[in-house]
Amino acid sequence: MARAAVQRRLTWRLGRVTRRIDETARAKSLVLNVPDWPGHRAGQHVDVRLTAPDGYQAERSYSIASAPEDGDQVALTVERIEDGEVSPYLDDELAEGDQLELRGPIGGYFVWSTDMGGPLLLVAGGSGICPLMAMLRHRAARQSHVPTRLLYSSRSLDDVIYRKELDSLAGRADGLEVFHTLTRSQPAGWSGYSRRIDRDMLAEVAFAPAQDPLCMVCGPTPLVEAVATTLVELGHAPERVKTERFGPTGG
Amino acid sequence: MTFISRAFRGRPRDQGQAGRLPPGQYLVRDFPVLSAGPTPRTPLIDWTFSITGEVDKLKNWTWDEFRKLPTQTITRDIHCVTKWSKQDTVWEGVSVDTLLEGVDTSAEYVMAFSDGGYTTNLPLEDVTGGKAWVAFNFDGAPLEAEHGGPARLLVPHLYFWKSAKWVRGLQLMAKDEPGFWETYGYHMYGDPWREQRYSGD
Amino acid sequence: MDETQLRLDGNAAAGMLREVFVHEMSAARGACASCGAIAQMGSQHLYMYPLSPGAVLRCQYCDNILKVFVHAGEHYRLGLQGLTWLEIRDGAEAGTNV
Repeated sequence: MARAAVQRRLTWRLGRVTRRIDETARAKSLVLNVPDWPGHRAGQHVDVRLTAPDGYQAERSYSIASAPEDGDQVALTVERIEDGEVSPYLDDELAEGDQLELRGPIGGYFVWSTDMGGPLLLVAGGSGICPLMAMLRHRAARQSHVPTRLLYSSRSLDDVIYRKELDSLAGRADGLEVFHTLTRSQPAGWSGYSRRIDRDMLAEVAFAPAQDPLCMVCGPTPLVEAVATTLVELGHAPERVKTERFGPTGG
Repeated sequence: MTFISRAFRGRPRDQGQAGRLPPGQYLVRDFPVLSAGPTPRTPLIDWTFSITGEVDKLKNWTWDEFRKLPTQTITRDIHCVTKWSKQDTVWEGVSVDTLLEGVDTSAEYVMAFSDGGYTTNLPLEDVTGGKAWVAFNFDGAPLEAEHGGPARLLVPHLYFWKSAKWVRGLQLMAKDEPGFWETYGYHMYGDPWREQRYSGD
Repeated sequence: MDETQLRLDGNAAAGMLREVFVHEMSAARGACASCGAIAQMGSQHLYMYPLSPGAVLRCQYCDNILKVFVHAGEHYRLGLQGLTWLEIRDGAEAGTNV
């Protein structure tokens, strides 16, 4: 593998919002054009910094949801937290044409690229789907057939981010299977899971430990820790279970 | 020149009454929880508070003994080094003067030590003379674990990292030694009115 | 409020550590000086600003403090006393082209 160019300190830079996409009632994607973007790996994130006129600053991290193959168009998906400080601003105020200060790409642990192979188990709680979506988009862009399973926990069908795109990716019959669990309400005729992720569900969905899958788990801290612990209990090596905690609310 | 985010305001914060807020601080209405580690959960039956170090004799109270000491209810503003301040917070606690009554020492400094290993250093002068308490009630109710319960040190005239949560005692010292955050670059004294956040300030 | 509400993991500190290190630190492996467990920083428990005056990284097995990272005004101060060793892979990309 070619050696990366000389590393330098990561500095804050400005991206410009080129598009806003409504994903669900509470989640929006922001597509940013970031000049001189060095490229990223699926799973990496950016730190976003907002500065008020009096100098007050707030910083948050957001996973890059777009595939590395998208060049300098970087997409972040932001889930609105009602009494949040940053997400309502990104949701209500940040408009097409506005600039956003960011630093990235960041991350070297919670990353996946097709050359890492599989099988690949992805487990998402709520907005934890975002970095995993970058992985799935990368997988699709590379036309990879790495056996992959996604287990995605959401409150209801309306809360499933990227729902149509996930259906479409799963429909390609290229080795990707998508499993949803809806924990609060399910539509009539729902045949998927309808409870919080538990040991039985993981035992059914996960690849067998003997297949030595790489497991990527992302979402609210309590979910991530419960799932990671259970996967290890089911026999997966701790080094093969990678986690990214989004904090209590998930983002 | 820092980039200003168009129309960003941030969480509601105001400057309160003139002169009441130290430099660089803003007011909050909630009570943020700050932590360097998991919340300790010492059962009261195991809880003790000690005066140790450069003293003629060690002092020690169980929770029951501690709760029999005279208490005070006080209202103070508090200031966190992470820039939030809260006004008119109401606490009930035992004055450190009460805890040090009869203690003979030539020490001029104390190290407050807590469950979980947290420490912070203060001049003895800053925890005596009615300036510090070991507080067990906040806002009329028992202090919650995430805010330092069952009891925390309360030294409102200094940045709030000096008000050690889950406090279990004071060690009297002849020389000033850095506690946890002080070791990692925070100011040895921490006066919010002189904005002494970091060493060298 | 339980523990999990106060904790993140090493991934959240990675951006801040890029202010000091040229390598991507979330992938760096460290050995806990207390229990010996070896893990990547991304998997270790992080307590950090805005939840504390500095970032505190703890061993996910024994809670021992591995690293403390404080950006104190004009200085960065880093405590590594809880690690026996820290291993960074040469060429560990910190953002790379596809």
